[in-house]
Amino acid sequence: MRAKNWLSALVLAWPLASAAENAEQGIDIPAAPGIGTLLADPLPPIEEQELGELLAHPEPPIKVQAFDTPNDDGGSITLTWPRNPQISENAMYQVAIADSPSGPFRVVAEVAATGNLMSEAPALFGRRADLENHHYVNVEEFAAAGGKTPLEDGKTYYFHIDVRSAGGAIRGKVIVNAESKGNFFNNSKINNLVLCLVFSGLIMGYIGIARRRELKIRRIAGLEALDEALGRATEMGKPVLFIHGLRGMDAISTIAAVNILGRVARRTAEYDTALRVVAPDPVVLSVSQETMKASYVEAGRPDAFNPDHVFIAGTDQFSYAAAVEGIMIRDRPAAHIMMGYFYAESLLLAETGSTTGAIQIAGTDAFTQLPFFVTTCDYTLLGEELYAASAYLSGEPRMLGSLKGQDGGKAILLAVLVLGTLLETFLGWSQLTHFFTP
Amino acid sequence: MRDTYIFLGVLLLFAAVNIGLVANGTLAADWTGLGIIVAAGMTLALYSFLYKDNPLFKFAEHVFVGVAAAYVFGQTWYPTLYGELIAEWTDPGEGETPNWWLLAPTVLGLLMLTRFSLRFGWLSRYAFAFFVGLAAGWTIPRYISSFILAQIEPTLQPLTWSLEGLNLLVVLVGVIGVLVYFFFSVEHTGTAGHISKVGIWFLMISFGASFGYTIMARISLLIGRVTFLLDDWLHLM
Repeated sequence: MRAKNWLSALVLAWPLASAAENAEQGIDIPAAPGIGTLLADPLPPIEEQELGELLAHPEPPIKVQAFDTPNDDGGSITLTWPRNPQISENAMYQVAIADSPSGPFRVVAEVAATGNLMSEAPALFGRRADLENHHYVNVEEFAAAGGKTPLEDGKTYYFHIDVRSAGGAIRGKVIVNAESKGNFFNNSKINNLVLCLVFSGLIMGYIGIARRRELKIRRIAGLEALDEALGRATEMGKPVLFIHGLRGMDAISTIAAVNILGRVARRTAEYDTALRVVAPDPVVLSVSQETMKASYVEAGRPDAFNPDHVFIAGTDQFSYAAAVEGIMIRDRPAAHIMMGYFYAESLLLAETGSTTGAIQIAGTDAFTQLPFFVTTCDYTLLGEELYAASAYLSGEPRMLGSLKGQDGGKAILLAVLVLGTLLETFLGWSQLTHFFTP
Repeated sequence: MRDTYIFLGVLLLFAAVNIGLVANGTLAADWTGLGIIVAAGMTLALYSFLYKDNPLFKFAEHVFVGVAAAYVFGQTWYPTLYGELIAEWTDPGEGETPNWWLLAPTVLGLLMLTRFSLRFGWLSRYAFAFFVGLAAGWTIPRYISSFILAQIEPTLQPLTWSLEGLNLLVVLVGVIGVLVYFFFSVEHTGTAGHISKVGIWFLMISFGASFGYTIMARISLLIGRVTFLLDDWLHLM
């Protein structure tokens, strides 16, 4: 027992001397609690486990590397150092920073002895088996007198790594330096570029084909229901209400909705059926008016076009919903066509419309709102079907080509899914999965 | 006629309740009390739609639309046009110079308004081209990363004889089925038809879950409104 106590006193005195050295150098490393008391008083008995931790006293890392963090826009320096397999799980690495080699150094990060392994950051370091044996830390800012200060690009910073364990803190002797800088290319996103080029190439190629010959797409049930709804409105002598979603003309779903409106307006002009269009936005209103006017001219009924039949019902989500609900109840249209991007107002609109007995056709790419349309409408264009319907109705080579190009992209993804899963399962080959890492 | 009596009766009852609440001190006779009465009245007027369309609902609807339009205008003018633009030039703060870089987005914004002119409408194309180019450049990489890679990577995992493996298999089958459903180049007949049916089953199950989840959220909104009526207005809780 005496030998054990003597040994533990020696081990305990070591970090104390180191802490005094740190204090001289201006390093703010907290001393382990109770060290002074232990040395002043007669040595108390030490548990076996605690002694084991103290005996395995960790050394600060020597092979420390500091470099500009790759693939970023600057303002970050990365430090790496080898993992010490013998270090206690409770130990911590403390990274200290200064703007000159003589200090003063400030603690800028703490890393657990078992954490921050390079293998956990494949976007930064790639995927190699030996990365499991190295720690890393990214330093982007440090606490200065005036508060948190970000790293300046082009300025040299100096670092050392200390170790803090149950026995106290030991200062690292190795001082490394690095400068941060911005990178033009983020190499970890090369896969994004490749996919972007492949999908763009497919779409461009199919647009070219669509310009030369007619492209076919499959039958979409909701589209056929459009003619049925317009015919019903004509028979009943009631108007058709076309309801835009809440997003502006920058949304693809709104553009698709306008294309569908063109078809609906043309049919209502031919059938001499009243069409009312509600919009939440002045730009959507203008575009809808122009589209409707063009459709009425195409149908040979320019005189039947009334710009006042396209109007803004409300500019705010729920005021829009309240106003449209009022129109549904008072005007009792025979058909409600809801196209575009909807939010929480979707159920309010569709449920109210359903109570009026009107035939309802909806189309949206808002995934969270589709359940409400599916349950309350007669036909629903799900997600991409809205774009497909738009392309089909417009007959535009660009839209049809885009749709076909997207199908090509989906075919590639399907092949990758099947092939990648088989390779992973039976051969353990994960390179394909790594390529599809975001 | 019956509806007119109901309408007048509800109005009188509402007035009597509020007079009683103010008279016995339950509601303060100040702006706060008035605010609570107005909020309760508007809530009841909008809920009256559950009975049928009526003048109370129409009144609340028109007030709602008007107030919302005014609110949107206020939000566009004060924090954005005035706060971010005009104040930056006219009142830049002590020791700061006006930020003239803001002229660039201002000019682009004004160019968009030229759409209303037949003669100068072509100028708006510059603003739209800038906007579309910027949005495309900003969105496409994020779109590929979030909607393709982030979805594909967790699906591409080795299948094992375990519950986790079964889960992965279900996800894989669902993804393939839904992808085939949204394939527009082939008719949904034969093999493609069978696979797309699996896809539509997966879609409907996810829609059902989403529907239930949202309805629960709506019920919680209803509870909030009923709590307001019973507690803040009538003080019954």
